[in-house]
Amino acid sequence: MVNFDLKIQVMIKIKQVHKSYITGQNSLHVLKGIDLEVGAGEMISIMGASGSGKSTLLNILGILDNYDSGEYLLDGIKINRLSERKAAQLRNKMLGFVFQSFNLVSFKNAMENVALPLYYQNVPRKKRNLIAMEYLERMGLKDWAHHLPNELSGGQKQRVAIARALIGKPKVILADEPTGALDSTTSLEVMDILQEVNSTGITLIIVTHEHDIALRTQKTIRITDGNITEIIKN
Amino acid sequence: MFDLDRWQEIYHVLSKNKLRTFLTAFGVFWGIFMLVIMLGSGNGLERGVTQNFGDMATNSVFIWTQQTTIPYKGFSRGRSYNFDNEDVIAIQHSVPEIKYLAPRIQAGGFMQTNNVIRGLKSGVFNIMGDYPAFNKIDPLNFVQGRFINDLDIKDKRKVAVIGSRVVDFLFKKDEKPINQYIQIQGVYFQVIGIFTSKRTGEQANQENQNIYIPFTTLQQTYNYGNAVGFFSITSKDNIPVSVVEEKTIRLLKKRHSVAPSDEAAVGHFNLKKEYDQMKGLFFGIQLLVWIVGTGTLLAGVIGVSNIMLVVVRERTKEIGIQRALGATPWKVISQIMMESVVLTTFAGYFGLVIGVGLLELINFLLESSGSNTEMFVHPGIDFSVAVTALTILVFCGALAGMIPARRAVSVKPIDALRYE
Repeated sequence: MVNFDLKIQVMIKIKQVHKSYITGQNSLHVLKGIDLEVGAGEMISIMGASGSGKSTLLNILGILDNYDSGEYLLDGIKINRLSERKAAQLRNKMLGFVFQSFNLVSFKNAMENVALPLYYQNVPRKKRNLIAMEYLERMGLKDWAHHLPNELSGGQKQRVAIARALIGKPKVILADEPTGALDSTTSLEVMDILQEVNSTGITLIIVTHEHDIALRTQKTIRITDGNITEIIKN
Repeated sequence: MFDLDRWQEIYHVLSKNKLRTFLTAFGVFWGIFMLVIMLGSGNGLERGVTQNFGDMATNSVFIWTQQTTIPYKGFSRGRSYNFDNEDVIAIQHSVPEIKYLAPRIQAGGFMQTNNVIRGLKSGVFNIMGDYPAFNKIDPLNFVQGRFINDLDIKDKRKVAVIGSRVVDFLFKKDEKPINQYIQIQGVYFQVIGIFTSKRTGEQANQENQNIYIPFTTLQQTYNYGNAVGFFSITSKDNIPVSVVEEKTIRLLKKRHSVAPSDEAAVGHFNLKKEYDQMKGLFFGIQLLVWIVGTGTLLAGVIGVSNIMLVVVRERTKEIGIQRALGATPWKVISQIMMESVVLTTFAGYFGLVIGVGLLELINFLLESSGSNTEMFVHPGIDFSVAVTALTILVFCGALAGMIPARRAVSVKPIDALRYE
């Protein structure tokens, strides 16, 4: 049972994060001082118009991009101007990514794609493929393990991608429009899976522009022009 | 090293655009192929030419008499003179830098009527009167028997050492020449040795027609008095033969009342000088071959580097995904460099194998055709050169992959992911 007396552990904490893109002479101020706290095991959604800075925020959370000023703590670790090596290791150990366009590696079959994060942890091939099979089975894709991505449907691809995000036992999964390229039925399926993932205690942050997707998360954060304008509890 | 995922990726990258991979590989293949062929041919030429020297000591000089051109000490110009036995003693006495001194005298032979007879057979051969030291200066290959020794010289024995062509002329196939007698210009000599030349081609044919008899025997038997035809001299190790050459000539000029400034009166040939010139020439050829060869190779390697740049650009997004999932920069760099090394090494290895194969084929054809090629002997490259070339290839491959690999990780992962 969940002990309500305990303060929920903070998984993600960002304070006054600013980010500008400099293109030639122009400087585009994308994030204008974002403050956000996400507790461990929370499932939140980020919404906003295109260009509002929601993707930039997600990229910073995913250690894929740097920020200019402010502070970002991921599970208590200060993330600031890390070396690429350190960033890669942190991404590998702490984070899982789910993309709109799936981003599977085209010449690897479903199983090998799922096993990829373990490959970067130098887990032996046999062992990581065995683990990958377990995760594929959880996604109901055991029979598709040896198919290449271009032999899979959109929903199947996204499920492979989710399995790949899960295999490294991450603390946080970042999903950038996970249902953006899927039809509504498949979208629902994928959301079911993501909710199930969240129920195992993994923090989930989803960027979306679809209301019914956002409604299935615990909290929706609305970003307008680089500022958080609204936090809605669903 | 053996990481299946790595090889899977290498295979994927290289097989994605087979024609492009092939053409790139061909650049490297051609570079190494040309290098091997040119080096091999250069070596063949060098071997051919140096074999013409046989095993002759390269630090040797030959000195003979010519007509004087300057009047001196009451003698008019145009005087002929001979070296003699006293010169031998004088040289040995006053030029300590000499290692071997071999006086020689020749009794007719070339372009003459038949001078050697055995039974009903006869032929024209060069008759040389020699000292044992000559075999040290210009060694022969002994098939049977021995060369002239000191006792032969001392006792003025009538013994002869004959070349293989002499044997062919004077003896039947099943006859054993050793201890048999042959008649040289009317005098009988016992055969004590049979040799073949260490040279090739026409020079070998010439030498194989020689007959060597003791120097002292020749002088006495054919009434040469104490005349000496010419001197073959080698210098001691570490002493330049030119020193010996100069000292000996100065001595001989003094002894025979030849003007010290008379350049033409004493003929001399410095093999070392000749040999060095030849060596210089081959060094030049080899240098040129390396410059051209490595240039061609470099062009191939630059081609690889270029293609790898294109590949990296094409795979920007893929590399972005891998990095998002936790591939460290080193992992990405080493992967790309390995692709480049595999491509270069593979192509280069083929070039090496086919190049060496072609050289061996030429070698085989040359030998099986039986033609005695004087200028081109056993073309081929040393094993160490092949290993060096392969090492250079691996190194170049890594170098070719370096720039594209650095380019790949210089892109921020997020930009790589967004790349379409």
